[in-house]
Amino acid sequence: MSDLLSKFDPLIAQREALLSTGLTDPFNLVMEKVESPTVAICNGKRTILLGTYNYMGMTFDPDVIAAGKKALDEFGSGTTGSRVLNGTYATHKACEDALKDFYAMDHAMVFSTGYQANLGIISTLAGKDDYIVLDIDSHASIYDGCALGNAEVVPFRHNDIEALEKRLKRIPEGAGKLVVLEGVYSMLGDVAPLKEMVAVSKANGAMVLVDEAHSMGFIGEHGRGVAEAQGVIDDVDFIIGTFSKSVGTVGGFCVSNHPKFEILRLVCRPYVFTASLPPSVVATAATSIRKLMHGADKRAHLWENSRRLHAGLKQLGFTLGTEEPQSAIIAVIMPDLETGAAMWEALLNEGLYVNLARPPATPAGKTLLRCSLCAEHSAEQVGEILAMFGAAGRATGCI
Amino acid sequence: MTDRNAIDAKIRQLIEPFNKKGIEVTDETKFQQDMEWDSLTAMDFVASVEDEFDILISMNRAAEIETVGQMVDAVAQLQGDR
Repeated sequence: MSDLLSKFDPLIAQREALLSTGLTDPFNLVMEKVESPTVAICNGKRTILLGTYNYMGMTFDPDVIAAGKKALDEFGSGTTGSRVLNGTYATHKACEDALKDFYAMDHAMVFSTGYQANLGIISTLAGKDDYIVLDIDSHASIYDGCALGNAEVVPFRHNDIEALEKRLKRIPEGAGKLVVLEGVYSMLGDVAPLKEMVAVSKANGAMVLVDEAHSMGFIGEHGRGVAEAQGVIDDVDFIIGTFSKSVGTVGGFCVSNHPKFEILRLVCRPYVFTASLPPSVVATAATSIRKLMHGADKRAHLWENSRRLHAGLKQLGFTLGTEEPQSAIIAVIMPDLETGAAMWEALLNEGLYVNLARPPATPAGKTLLRCSLCAEHSAEQVGEILAMFGAAGRATGCI
Repeated sequence: MTDRNAIDAKIRQLIEPFNKKGIEVTDETKFQQDMEWDSLTAMDFVASVEDEFDILISMNRAAEIETVGQMVDAVAQLQGDR
């Protein structure tokens, strides 16, 4: 019998080599207690959270929690069914209504996760003989959505408008075209030139899908994302989003103004063949989304945090993913995995949690310490974070 | 249709900047095993081939191309299809 798991031997060996140095496993952290959107107890130690995507800090919002408890009492713990059978409750419709209001769009479809939203929408929209043109740095869920369908998949160089245009022009006449972009790319925290890219896509007869997972709630005048901020949201055919970041729970969605959108509910397999979200989850999401519509002050504070952390880290001598802060993600580029892991552990010992990101999830084989800020991080906490980066950076020889 | 030798010569030129190990390139040279390219390097190379010949090589198609010779054949065929 050949062992089907032996293909993972190189990864097993790499992990063993790393952990044999006595390093804490960066991919096995347990939070014993969570005190707030920005603080948890890890290994008995009070730890500032700087790697949660909890951008707007909605996870402990009293109204959100109350809505969840009420739904648990009134609708029970779960739906035990698909959205198209017994899994659509009033709470699910209310959640989709909240999304329609938030984005000012005609249709909203809620999936059980953001991953499934991409998987479902992309694989259903682009079929055999259609073309998907996507940024090479696209999230795994986008690539997996492509893999699940039968379309021809053509990647182009990250954020390269000309590379996108050239590929669109080479697609055979009459073929269906879907361009897939992200507002904010989650590894380096950089923003896409959506204004130009959407225009180029439309000029070449393509439909456009934008994943705004990392921008909802705080980019754009109404928090609708990068497409709104760059003034092209009306030309975007489909927006994909998630509840697991700014909204503060779990779930995914697609919003659209396409008149035939509702048919997708019947033909999208990752929507049909899975159980719907528990009523408490969609109730918390709906409440959170409606509160995000009025989150201007929190947004302003989040941006202030992002700018201050970016400037502070740069001043300490770290290499960052972007020259200027473009989102609430600040990526600190490490020279290699070993140094990255050592730095990650030194930060944890200081009392700070960040994400260690490594290839193949990262672009160009980079090892990153990815920081995501929260609107609930106080000015004092940002000061503490910078002090911890300084201490850990000096201890590990990064700076 | 462009002469296969001309395509072959051009492909070898395009490989050059990605051939960090400086290994000898033949028709049988494998991008992944012999040149030790990771998936991103491979995608960058495919993009440069696409731009040089003004063709599209989809990911599904690229996944089947393992050797230099197969790339030359694929380009010849895709050019012929236009």
